[in-house]
Amino acid sequence: MDDFALTNQSIDVVAWRRRLDHPQAGGLAIFEGVVRNHHQGRAVRHLDYQGYAPLAVRTGSEILATAHGRWPLLVALGCHRIGHLDIGEAAVWIGVASAHRAEAFAACAWIMDEVKARVPVWKRETYADGSVAWAQGSVVRLDPPG
Amino acid sequence: MAALDIVFAMPVPGSSGVIQLTVLYFAHLRDQRGLDSEIVSTTAADAQSLYRELAARHGLSLPEKSLIVAINEVMVRWDAPVHAGDTVVFLPPVSGG
Repeated sequence: MDDFALTNQSIDVVAWRRRLDHPQAGGLAIFEGVVRNHHQGRAVRHLDYQGYAPLAVRTGSEILATAHGRWPLLVALGCHRIGHLDIGEAAVWIGVASAHRAEAFAACAWIMDEVKARVPVWKRETYADGSVAWAQGSVVRLDPPG
Repeated sequence: MAALDIVFAMPVPGSSGVIQLTVLYFAHLRDQRGLDSEIVSTTAADAQSLYRELAARHGLSLPEKSLIVAINEVMVRWDAPVHAGDTVVFLPPVSGG
Protein backbone atom coordinates (compact mmCIF):
# COMPACT_ATOMS: atom_id res chain seq x y z
CA MET A 1 0.00 0.00 0.00
CA ASP A 2 1.37 3.41 -0.96
CA ASP A 3 2.27 5.92 1.74
CA PHE A 4 0.34 8.55 -0.22
CA ALA A 5 -2.89 7.63 -1.96
CA LEU A 6 -5.71 9.17 -3.95
CA THR A 7 -9.08 7.48 -3.48
CA ASN A 8 -12.61 7.86 -4.78
CA GLN A 9 -13.94 6.00 -1.72
CA SER A 10 -14.49 7.32 1.81
CA ILE A 11 -11.13 7.69 3.55
CA ASP A 12 -10.86 4.86 6.07
CA VAL A 13 -9.37 6.94 8.88
CA VAL A 14 -9.27 3.95 11.25
CA ALA A 15 -7.21 1.90 8.80
CA TRP A 16 -4.85 4.82 8.10
CA ARG A 17 -4.45 5.48 11.84
CA ARG A 18 -3.53 1.82 12.37
CA ARG A 19 -0.68 2.21 9.87
CA LEU A 20 0.92 4.81 12.19
CA ASP A 21 1.53 2.20 14.89
CA HIS A 22 5.24 2.00 15.70
CA PRO A 23 6.94 0.73 18.88
CA GLN A 24 9.31 3.73 19.01
CA ALA A 25 6.53 6.29 18.57
CA GLY A 26 5.75 8.64 21.45
CA GLY A 27 3.46 10.94 19.52
CA LEU A 28 1.08 10.80 16.60
CA ALA A 29 -0.13 13.95 14.84
CA ILE A 30 -3.12 13.54 12.55
CA PHE A 31 -4.82 16.16 10.42
CA GLU A 32 -8.20 15.39 8.91
CA GLY A 33 -9.58 17.97 6.52
CA VAL A 34 -13.36 17.81 6.26
CA VAL A 35 -15.95 19.44 4.03
CA ARG A 36 -17.51 22.52 5.62
CA ASN A 37 -20.85 24.03 4.74
CA HIS A 38 -19.63 27.52 3.91
CA HIS A 39 -16.90 29.30 1.95
CA GLN A 40 -16.29 33.05 2.03
CA GLY A 41 -19.77 33.73 3.30
CA ARG A 42 -21.57 31.45 0.83
CA ALA A 43 -23.48 28.34 1.84
CA VAL A 44 -21.86 25.24 0.30
CA ARG A 45 -24.01 22.23 -0.53
CA HIS A 46 -21.28 19.76 -1.54
CA LEU A 47 -17.86 19.47 -3.20
CA ASP A 48 -16.49 17.57 -6.19
CA TYR A 49 -12.77 16.91 -6.45
CA GLN A 50 -10.79 15.91 -9.52
CA GLY A 51 -7.22 14.62 -9.34
CA TYR A 52 -4.46 13.63 -11.73
CA ALA A 53 -3.85 10.33 -9.98
CA PRO A 54 -0.34 9.25 -11.05
CA LEU A 55 1.17 12.70 -10.52
CA ALA A 56 -0.77 13.25 -7.29
CA VAL A 57 0.59 10.03 -5.82
CA ARG A 58 4.10 10.81 -6.98
CA THR A 59 4.01 14.38 -5.69
CA GLY A 60 2.48 13.36 -2.37
CA SER A 61 5.11 10.66 -1.95
CA GLU A 62 7.87 13.19 -2.66
CA ILE A 63 6.44 15.51 0.00
CA LEU A 64 6.45 12.68 2.54
CA ALA A 65 10.02 11.75 1.61
CA THR A 66 11.12 15.36 2.04
CA ALA A 67 9.44 15.47 5.46
CA HIS A 68 11.36 12.36 6.46
CA GLY A 69 14.55 14.23 5.56
CA ARG A 70 13.64 17.30 7.62
CA TRP A 71 12.37 15.67 10.81
CA PRO A 72 13.17 12.38 12.58
CA LEU A 73 9.89 10.71 11.66
CA LEU A 74 8.98 7.08 12.14
CA VAL A 75 5.97 7.05 9.82
CA ALA A 76 4.41 9.66 7.52
CA LEU A 77 1.27 8.96 5.49
CA GLY A 78 -1.32 10.85 3.49
CA CYS A 79 -4.52 10.31 1.53
CA HIS A 80 -6.68 12.63 -0.57
CA ARG A 81 -10.23 11.93 -1.61
CA ILE A 82 -11.61 12.67 -5.07
CA GLY A 83 -15.15 12.59 -6.44
CA HIS A 84 -18.35 13.80 -4.78
CA LEU A 85 -18.11 14.77 -1.09
CA ASP A 86 -20.93 15.82 1.19
CA ILE A 87 -20.64 18.14 4.20
CA GLY A 88 -18.62 16.56 7.00
CA GLU A 89 -16.81 13.97 4.87
CA ALA A 90 -13.03 13.71 5.07
CA ALA A 91 -11.33 15.23 2.01
CA VAL A 92 -7.74 14.74 3.15
CA TRP A 93 -5.94 12.82 5.89
CA ILE A 94 -2.32 13.33 6.99
CA GLY A 95 -0.71 11.28 9.76
CA VAL A 96 2.77 11.37 11.27
CA ALA A 97 4.40 9.27 14.00
CA SER A 98 7.60 10.29 15.81
CA ALA A 99 9.36 9.76 19.11
CA HIS A 100 8.35 13.20 20.43
CA ARG A 101 5.43 15.51 19.77
CA ALA A 102 7.22 18.60 18.47
CA GLU A 103 8.38 17.03 15.22
CA ALA A 104 5.06 15.26 14.75
CA PHE A 105 3.12 18.55 14.97
CA ALA A 106 5.60 20.40 12.76
CA ALA A 107 5.85 17.74 10.08
CA CYS A 108 2.09 17.17 9.91
CA ALA A 109 1.42 20.88 9.40
CA TRP A 110 4.20 21.21 6.82
CA ILE A 111 3.04 18.17 4.85
CA MET A 112 -0.52 19.51 4.72
CA ASP A 113 0.69 22.92 3.50
CA GLU A 114 2.73 21.23 0.76
CA VAL A 115 -0.16 18.99 -0.27
CA LYS A 116 -2.36 22.06 -0.73
CA ALA A 117 0.37 23.84 -2.68
CA ARG A 118 1.57 21.08 -4.98
CA VAL A 119 -0.58 17.95 -5.28
CA PRO A 120 -2.65 18.09 -8.50
CA VAL A 121 -6.14 17.96 -7.03
CA TRP A 122 -8.94 20.42 -7.80
CA LYS A 123 -11.99 21.34 -5.74
CA ARG A 124 -15.28 22.45 -7.22
CA GLU A 125 -17.82 23.97 -4.86
CA THR A 126 -21.56 23.67 -5.39
CA TYR A 127 -23.41 26.37 -3.52
CA ALA A 128 -26.87 26.36 -1.97
CA ASP A 129 -28.30 28.18 -4.99
CA GLY A 130 -26.99 25.45 -7.32
CA SER A 131 -24.20 27.50 -8.87
CA VAL A 132 -20.70 25.99 -9.07
CA ALA A 133 -17.15 27.36 -9.01
CA TRP A 134 -13.63 25.95 -8.95
CA ALA A 135 -11.76 26.99 -5.82
CA GLN A 136 -9.20 29.69 -6.48
CA GLY A 137 -6.23 27.43 -5.77
CA SER A 138 -2.46 27.83 -5.84
CA VAL A 139 -0.26 28.02 -8.91
CA VAL A 140 2.13 25.08 -8.60
CA ARG A 141 5.78 26.04 -8.38
CA LEU A 142 8.17 23.87 -10.36
CA ASP A 143 11.03 23.67 -7.89
CA PRO A 144 9.93 22.71 -4.39
CA PRO A 145 12.17 23.62 -1.47
CA GLY A 146 14.54 20.86 -0.35
CA MET B 1 -6.10 0.63 -25.58
CA ALA B 2 -6.69 0.85 -29.32
CA ALA B 3 -6.19 4.61 -29.21
CA LEU B 4 -2.75 4.22 -27.66
CA ASP B 5 -1.74 1.75 -30.35
CA ILE B 6 -2.50 4.42 -32.90
CA VAL B 7 -0.34 6.93 -31.05
CA PHE B 8 2.65 4.64 -30.94
CA ALA B 9 2.24 3.76 -34.60
CA MET B 10 2.93 7.44 -35.36
CA PRO B 11 4.73 9.38 -36.56
CA VAL B 12 5.21 8.27 -40.12
CA PRO B 13 8.75 9.18 -41.23
CA GLY B 14 8.70 12.20 -43.47
CA SER B 15 5.32 13.41 -42.27
CA SER B 16 6.56 17.01 -42.03
CA GLY B 17 6.92 17.24 -38.27
CA VAL B 18 3.34 16.40 -37.35
CA ILE B 19 3.19 14.32 -34.18
CA GLN B 20 0.35 12.83 -32.20
CA LEU B 21 0.24 13.01 -28.44
CA THR B 22 -2.32 12.72 -25.67
CA VAL B 23 -3.55 15.74 -23.74
CA LEU B 24 -5.44 15.32 -20.45
CA TYR B 25 -7.68 18.08 -19.10
CA PHE B 26 -8.63 18.84 -15.50
CA ALA B 27 -10.83 21.36 -13.69
CA HIS B 28 -11.34 24.66 -15.55
CA LEU B 29 -9.63 23.36 -18.69
CA ARG B 30 -11.78 20.21 -18.73
CA ASP B 31 -14.88 22.39 -18.56
CA GLN B 32 -13.64 24.68 -21.33
CA ARG B 33 -12.53 21.86 -23.63
CA GLY B 34 -15.51 19.67 -22.83
CA LEU B 35 -13.27 16.58 -22.76
CA ASP B 36 -11.25 14.61 -20.21
CA SER B 37 -8.60 13.76 -22.79
CA GLU B 38 -7.91 13.73 -26.50
CA ILE B 39 -5.28 12.70 -29.01
CA VAL B 40 -3.89 15.80 -30.65
CA SER B 41 -2.06 16.12 -33.96
CA THR B 42 0.35 19.01 -33.74
CA THR B 43 3.49 20.55 -35.15
CA ALA B 44 4.31 22.11 -31.78
CA ALA B 45 7.87 21.45 -30.67
CA ASP B 46 7.46 22.37 -27.02
CA ALA B 47 4.83 22.59 -24.30
CA GLN B 48 4.32 26.32 -24.68
CA SER B 49 3.64 26.12 -28.41
CA LEU B 50 1.25 23.24 -27.80
CA TYR B 51 -0.71 25.19 -25.17
CA ARG B 52 -0.94 28.27 -27.36
CA GLU B 53 -2.18 26.14 -30.24
CA LEU B 54 -4.83 24.42 -28.10
CA ALA B 55 -5.85 27.68 -26.40
CA ALA B 56 -6.41 29.31 -29.77
CA ARG B 57 -8.22 26.28 -31.20
CA HIS B 58 -10.54 25.71 -28.22
CA GLY B 59 -10.77 29.06 -26.45
CA LEU B 60 -8.89 27.98 -23.33
CA SER B 61 -8.74 31.05 -21.13
CA LEU B 62 -6.25 30.24 -18.38
CA PRO B 63 -3.03 32.25 -18.79
CA GLU B 64 0.24 30.34 -18.97
CA LYS B 65 1.45 31.93 -15.75
CA SER B 66 -1.36 30.22 -13.84
CA LEU B 67 -0.52 26.77 -15.22
CA ILE B 68 2.25 24.27 -14.84
CA VAL B 69 3.01 21.61 -17.42
CA ALA B 70 3.45 17.90 -16.82
CA ILE B 71 4.82 15.65 -19.54
CA ASN B 72 4.60 11.91 -18.92
CA GLU B 73 3.73 12.55 -15.26
CA VAL B 74 6.69 14.84 -14.55
CA MET B 75 6.37 18.60 -14.00
CA VAL B 76 8.54 20.44 -16.53
CA ARG B 77 9.34 23.91 -17.81
CA TRP B 78 7.30 25.54 -20.59
CA ASP B 79 10.19 25.12 -23.03
CA ALA B 80 10.30 21.34 -22.53
CA PRO B 81 10.08 19.52 -25.89
CA VAL B 82 7.06 17.38 -26.74
CA HIS B 83 7.37 14.10 -28.61
CA ALA B 84 5.06 11.66 -30.35
CA GLY B 85 3.25 9.50 -27.82
CA ASP B 86 3.76 11.89 -24.89
CA THR B 87 1.01 12.51 -22.36
CA VAL B 88 0.80 16.25 -21.71
CA VAL B 89 -1.22 17.92 -18.94
CA PHE B 90 -1.62 21.63 -18.26
CA LEU B 91 -2.32 21.82 -14.54
CA PRO B 92 -4.56 24.67 -13.34
CA PRO B 93 -3.97 26.15 -9.87
CA VAL B 94 -4.39 23.27 -7.42
CA SER B 95 -6.92 23.35 -4.59
CA GLY B 96 -6.62 20.20 -2.55
CA GLY B 97 -7.37 20.00 1.13
